[in-house]
Amino acid sequence: MRRISIAAAAAAVLLATGGLAWADRHHQRGAASSASVDPIYLKECGSCHMAFQPQFLPVRSWQAVMNDLADHFGENASLGETTRQAILTYLQANAGDAPGSNTRLLRGLASSKTPLRITETPYWVREHQKEVRPSAFLDPKVKSKANCIACHVNAQQGIYEGD
Amino acid sequence: MTIRTLLAVSAFLAATPALAGSAQHAVLARYAAEAKTADPGFTGFSAERGKALFHAKFATGKPDTPSCTTCHTENPKQEGRTRAGKIVPPLALSVKADRYSDFAETEKWFGRNCDSVIGRTCTPVEKGDFISYMITQ
Ligand code: HEC
Ligand code: HEC
Ligand code: HEC
Repeated sequence: MRRISIAAAAAAVLLATGGLAWADRHHQRGAASSASVDPIYLKECGSCHMAFQPQFLPVRSWQAVMNDLADHFGENASLGETTRQAILTYLQANAGDAPGSNTRLLRGLASSKTPLRITETPYWVREHQKEVRPSAFLDPKVKSKANCIACHVNAQQGIYEGD
Repeated sequence: MTIRTLLAVSAFLAATPALAGSAQHAVLARYAAEAKTADPGFTGFSAERGKALFHAKFATGKPDTPSCTTCHTENPKQEGRTRAGKIVPPLALSVKADRYSDFAETEKWFGRNCDSVIGRTCTPVEKGDFISYMITQ
């Protein structure tokens, strides 16, 4: 396994090297994970952080997130009820365990667990444990593990792959 | 809105700088009408009070967001960053011309951010003051 030491957002450079786009490979399976991202989701869930791909969490997690937007990781992210419902429907249909989706991203996640964070799923932890020093997330340019775009420049397009 | 309130409301707005277009005036007029309904003695918005609100530090909201400046920085002309590291375009109208032009959008953010920072909703006067400050920036 290649060991990458990351000087902040410089990681982006490494991630731009070749390989099939993660999105292309994984979105092809099943109508549920269609490549088209709901514009309402992009706008409403993409203003404080990127609009994370629904495939990273199971249906039950999205339900939990969407049921407590007034206390969303220490902030108020409330939405009107119609918008909230529309987004929940989109997330449920495209979640990592929605019918027809590839459950690779949920591997190792116990069915008794309902993580609210992608960054606490076994898959995410595994991928980042191997190649990212914990201090990389503290860099002021990164600020947070949830700032995927700081390291994966094309994350909003679903492209995460290095090689 | 009756003609009379409309006229009364435009009197409060007479001093808004040329930067603000009709969309910003319409948003301010709605807050002015709400302010007038809540308090018939309302005499107009104040950019000075808006500036004070923007820079104030609160202990009544959520612990990670004590001030508007937590994300928007001390300088409204500068871009800010959310807690998750995402860039927030400046709030100053001179730098971002479509600010405060869509009432529903502006309302949504006041609703969230006032609750996160102050622990309550902002009053129509506070919202109007805040916009009055930002359109001079
Ligand atoms: C008002 C700002 C705001 C909005 C709007 C917002 N979020 Fe968040 N979100 C946050 C913050 C703050 C965090 C925590 C970031 C951190 O820990 O660095 C977060 C974290 C998350 C996480 C966990 C990320 C991780 O660490 O794995 C998920 C999932 C999430 N948000 C989903 C959503 C969804 C879905 C929406 C739309 C309904 C949404 N967010 C809208 C502020 C927001
Ligand atoms: C501090 C930088 C950094 C941040 C922030 C970060 N990652 Fe990563 N990520 C990496 C590195 C480095 C790798 C491993 C390198 C590789 O796969 O080429 C990686 C690997 C991955 C992979 C596996 C890619 C593959 O090979 O299939 C996924 C998926 C991924 N990250 C998603 C995310 C998501 C989602 C977020 C935000 C919630 C995030 N990352 C935040 C640096 C980061
Ligand atoms: C946790 C980060 C954060 C804090 C704290 C915060 N804001 Fe914001 N604010 C945002 C984000 C993100 C947006 C939406 C992105 C954008 O419009 O550029 C926003 C947008 C706004 C808007 C919408 C402007 C428009 O175009 O209509 C207003 C008004 C606003 N904020 C006022 C405030 C006020 C008042 C406070 C303090 C009481 C505050 N904000 C504190 C993050 C924050």
